[in-house]
Amino acid sequence: MSKAGTVQKQNLQVLFTLAWRYLWRNYRRTIIMLLAFMVGIWAMLFMIAIMRGMVDDMVESRVQSFVGHVQIHHSDYLDDPSIVNRIPEPDAALRDYLQQHDLQWADRLRVPAVISSEYESRSVVLMGINPQQELQVSQIPQGIIEGHFLQNADDNGIVIGKRLAQRLDTEVGKRVVLMSQNPDNDLADQGFRVVGIYSAEMPSLEEQFVFIGMETAQNLLGVSDSVSEIEIHGSDYRNVDWIYQAVAALEPERDVTPWYQLDPYLGSILTIMDGFVFVWIVVMFLALSFGLVNTLVMAVYERVREIGLIMALGMRPSAILIQVLMETLLLLVLGLALGNLLMLGTVILLPEGIDISRWAQGMEMAGMPSRLSFAMSWQDLLLANSIVIILGLLAGLLPAWRASRYDPVEALNKT
Amino acid sequence: MIPAVTCENVSRLYHQGDAVVRALDDLSVRIEQGEFISLSGPSGSGKSTLLNAIGGLDRPTSGRITVAGQRIDQLSKNQLADTRLHNIGFVFQAFNLIPVLSALENVEFVMQVQGVSVTERRKKAMAILQEVGLQGLEDRRPGQLSGGQQQRVAVARAIVSRPALILADEPTANLDSTSMAQLMDLFVELNRHHNITFVIATHDPRVMAYARRRIHMQDGKIVSDELQ
Repeated sequence: MSKAGTVQKQNLQVLFTLAWRYLWRNYRRTIIMLLAFMVGIWAMLFMIAIMRGMVDDMVESRVQSFVGHVQIHHSDYLDDPSIVNRIPEPDAALRDYLQQHDLQWADRLRVPAVISSEYESRSVVLMGINPQQELQVSQIPQGIIEGHFLQNADDNGIVIGKRLAQRLDTEVGKRVVLMSQNPDNDLADQGFRVVGIYSAEMPSLEEQFVFIGMETAQNLLGVSDSVSEIEIHGSDYRNVDWIYQAVAALEPERDVTPWYQLDPYLGSILTIMDGFVFVWIVVMFLALSFGLVNTLVMAVYERVREIGLIMALGMRPSAILIQVLMETLLLLVLGLALGNLLMLGTVILLPEGIDISRWAQGMEMAGMPSRLSFAMSWQDLLLANSIVIILGLLAGLLPAWRASRYDPVEALNKT
Repeated sequence: MIPAVTCENVSRLYHQGDAVVRALDDLSVRIEQGEFISLSGPSGSGKSTLLNAIGGLDRPTSGRITVAGQRIDQLSKNQLADTRLHNIGFVFQAFNLIPVLSALENVEFVMQVQGVSVTERRKKAMAILQEVGLQGLEDRRPGQLSGGQQQRVAVARAIVSRPALILADEPTANLDSTSMAQLMDLFVELNRHHNITFVIATHDPRVMAYARRRIHMQDGKIVSDELQ
């Protein structure tokens, strides 16, 4: 190492020693500041984790409610979701691709319909499904609270939601009539016995969707071997573009759509959340920065003479500036470490999140879950820690700069 | 031989409201290497101002100052810091030590900033602490040392990197007679053995008695300059 390099390294060592010792000189003040930082950082991360968790739950809940990560439709289906705009069942090439990449999928016949009991009629969305496929991609089969789910594609029963059953004043074992239109615009209707009633996380689903076997639906509507949609599930809703692009290449004639385009409102929430996280971190830090700057100003003010002495001994002003910034950095790193550890402890102690069902009826109506779970990504942690360090160093610049500008004679004579 | 210090027509003016105070008034002096000088005079006579100007802590309003042949009155802050680091040792009346460092670390401080290796600076610091009679107290913080011991640590730090010049501003003002005598004996010994130039500002006639050259100041001027 060159002479200049050695001097620089040793200067940094001595500056670090001074910064560390001065930090603990008034240990009560430092501990109070660190506690404030710890709680502030924890609150910052906690809020981010809760918000991310809420959005995660909303998106997961939504994609498991017949949206999926990617859907394939007839090119006119999204504009006119009628039985006319249907597509053939998945061909061998698509099935092979989905199997090779371990992607779950389900095809459905999905048309508007009217369901009637002996007392009431309601408009619903009729879903012709393959029950075995549905087990892979949807929560409805697990949500059966009475009776059973459909057994196979030619099952003659019907599964309806709990709320719809209440509205129709019907129950398992009773008959209902479904009416829809076939491709020739003729009425297609059939009686079904209710075999199962499901409960959904989002109550609105319970009134909206009814399920019959795929073959039964195709026979009812006279559209054999045709489906309305093919839904595909990957492993992470944030990482669906590769599926979307590959499937779009395999199905150039079809409309291939990722979930965030199928539900643009939900897609935009993710973008809004990124902005919210950034603003939240900055706002929280601004609150903390007052304490930080105050601590540093006091720490510098009470050792003006020592700064004068160090300057008199030959320390350059820039080294004084670096020393105070090092002190700031140490305070920030310790505060961040404590805040991150407290957040980690919170996640470990509350692995299931926080149950807010007592107050969550309104949220359920809005499609939000009744349990707040934590979702903390490395990106969020890195962003929060980086912003705090960068803004913290900027806040530390003022006292550091003032310390470096002291006149040695005036500083030495300060009383 | 290059003189340790030369001051030529040095003035330092301070503004106090509308009034102008001449802390140094067209002062000239030449200090040879190895001299042991006392700088005396009443409060406000300019002793500390002269020491600060020679030590590069303060810039004169006019005039030339050279230390070890280098003109310092026009140097930048960083250049002045480097000059102090390599050529000048300071001993002040009080607040001489960095309180968060041990006695050994205080002595090592200047060498560390200079970039001296750990082994070398540790060896030198231990030797100099022994020389000033502080062996066994290396790990004590300044708060755990007496006033006299603190001054000895400050002297050890000032001389450890063998500067050409040591400037001491009232170094014995806070010491009892015994500590004062011990410190002055140490100064004399270092002056003789290491040929270090000492300039000591003092009010104390007992300190002046140690000096071979006594400069007396008044109103920013040298009014007497006597060799003993």
